[in-house]
Amino acid sequence: MNTFKIGVSRGNLEIRQFLRQRESVVFTLLFPVLLLLIFGSVFKNTIAPGVTFSQYFVAGMIASGLINTGFQQLAIMIPLERDDGTLKRLRGTPMPPTSYFIGKILSVLACMIVQIVLLLVVGALMFGVQLPTDLGRWVTFTWVTLLGITGSTLLGIAFSSVPRSGRGASAMVTPIVLVLQFISGVFFIFNQLPSWMQNVASIFPLKWLTQGMRSVFLPESFASQEVAKSWEHGRVALMLTIWIVIGLVLALKTFRWERSR
Amino acid sequence: MNTGVHTGVNNAVEIRGLIKTYGETHAVAGVDLDVRTGEVFALLGPNGAGKTTTIEILEGYRDRDGGTVSVLGEDPSKAGLAWRNKIGIVLQSNNDAAEITVEEILNFFSDYYVNPRNVDEVINAVGLEEKRKARGRELSGGQRRRLDVALGILGNPELLFLDEPTTGFDPEARRAFWDLIRGLRADGTTILLTTHYLDEAEALADRVGVINHGRIIEVATPATLGGRDSAKVIVRWSENGSAQEERTDSPTEFLRSLGTRFTGEIPDLTVSRPTLEDIYISMIEGQG
Repeated sequence: MNTFKIGVSRGNLEIRQFLRQRESVVFTLLFPVLLLLIFGSVFKNTIAPGVTFSQYFVAGMIASGLINTGFQQLAIMIPLERDDGTLKRLRGTPMPPTSYFIGKILSVLACMIVQIVLLLVVGALMFGVQLPTDLGRWVTFTWVTLLGITGSTLLGIAFSSVPRSGRGASAMVTPIVLVLQFISGVFFIFNQLPSWMQNVASIFPLKWLTQGMRSVFLPESFASQEVAKSWEHGRVALMLTIWIVIGLVLALKTFRWERSR
Repeated sequence: MNTGVHTGVNNAVEIRGLIKTYGETHAVAGVDLDVRTGEVFALLGPNGAGKTTTIEILEGYRDRDGGTVSVLGEDPSKAGLAWRNKIGIVLQSNNDAAEITVEEILNFFSDYYVNPRNVDEVINAVGLEEKRKARGRELSGGQRRRLDVALGILGNPELLFLDEPTTGFDPEARRAFWDLIRGLRADGTTILLTTHYLDEAEALADRVGVINHGRIIEVATPATLGGRDSAKVIVRWSENGSAQEERTDSPTEFLRSLGTRFTGEIPDLTVSRPTLEDIYISMIEGQG
């Protein structure tokens, strides 16, 4: 219980720090909205009966928002905290290590909620994105988001041990996320990609997240446009769960409190 | 020679045969050392002598390759959070907390301790009253260091580690810091400090230990280290227009006879004993 309370206190501190770094606020929260404004305004075409590209793009951006606020943010921030001594200082206090991760999860969660709301509001007001009205879709939205945010956070913590220094982290992590966005059905329509690219993307979680989000925000009829001719909820859940397990094992095995000597 | 080992007394820190190697280098090559409960102990030594490695093993940051270590009765490599609650750590330089204010970080960190000190008291104790609303990146080097010390003492530790705590302090801040340490000692806190300032060790430490090449050379009080108390006294004065110097075991007698050679005051007279720094330098140089 104390571990959780301290975790909440950490979350509060993390969110405060996040909001005070103007670059991170702009890049993490506003950049996806900016992309939506640009892509939504340029590609006004209809990609299937009753589905515009901007609707498709909103679903993809919400999915990749889970990767941005979790994986990308943590894989860049934790190496910086390792370099500047934040982690070493915390390790020297009686703070339970789990509380540190609870704090990270809470700040990721807060950031993600703000980002999803921003994308939905802009999408609904400017590009005719329709919010689901039936309960079933909101249930889908909830479990896809929860699995996504859990996996994304754990993989971010795991990946934070890869960059040798805080300075190099951003250059290492950003291209990975960008490539995944290109091949997983965010910037391009997934069923139009070459099949080898689809196969590569199917290994990684973002493809399954975008598919899950499309099942929430696009009409039921669009399911037939998917590569498998269905939303594949079972496989979405399975793949995301596998990545959660991989992330958890790697995070536990590789996490370091100090930069390597 | 005093090896610094006192078995049987109540020691906050006990080290026996401590070894730590990095590749081919023996950073710590068999250190035996005790820090008694309630004392201020200063560990002195040149850069690379093994000070920080030793301290970080005691703090639980580093594993050791040999020997036994007990800190507040526990092995730091196995000790848990309850043990961490009883120790305070001031590491060498940090750049964290860039965007959080002094009072915020202290308030947040006091959540981690079972019995934290009052945050306002801690801010006053380190003299950061005027900077309590300043963020980490707005603090000067010395102010940052005081924040480090504030975070180190926040948990009301039984044992406080201070790794070069006053680097970057101006003389006034250093004096204020010394008063703070004396206050903590008076409250019963055991303090293990490393420093490059010999005057600081002399002002604060009950005992000092000199470490070089990963070994303890000597442990003694600042007044007796390296035979300082029995070293010859140096008398300097001017006579016939040139500086004179005499090293003697009986300065009073020498001065009496010297006084008879002058009608008034002896010009430029000084009588001094070797400083801790003189002794320390000769010990380190003697080691090569």
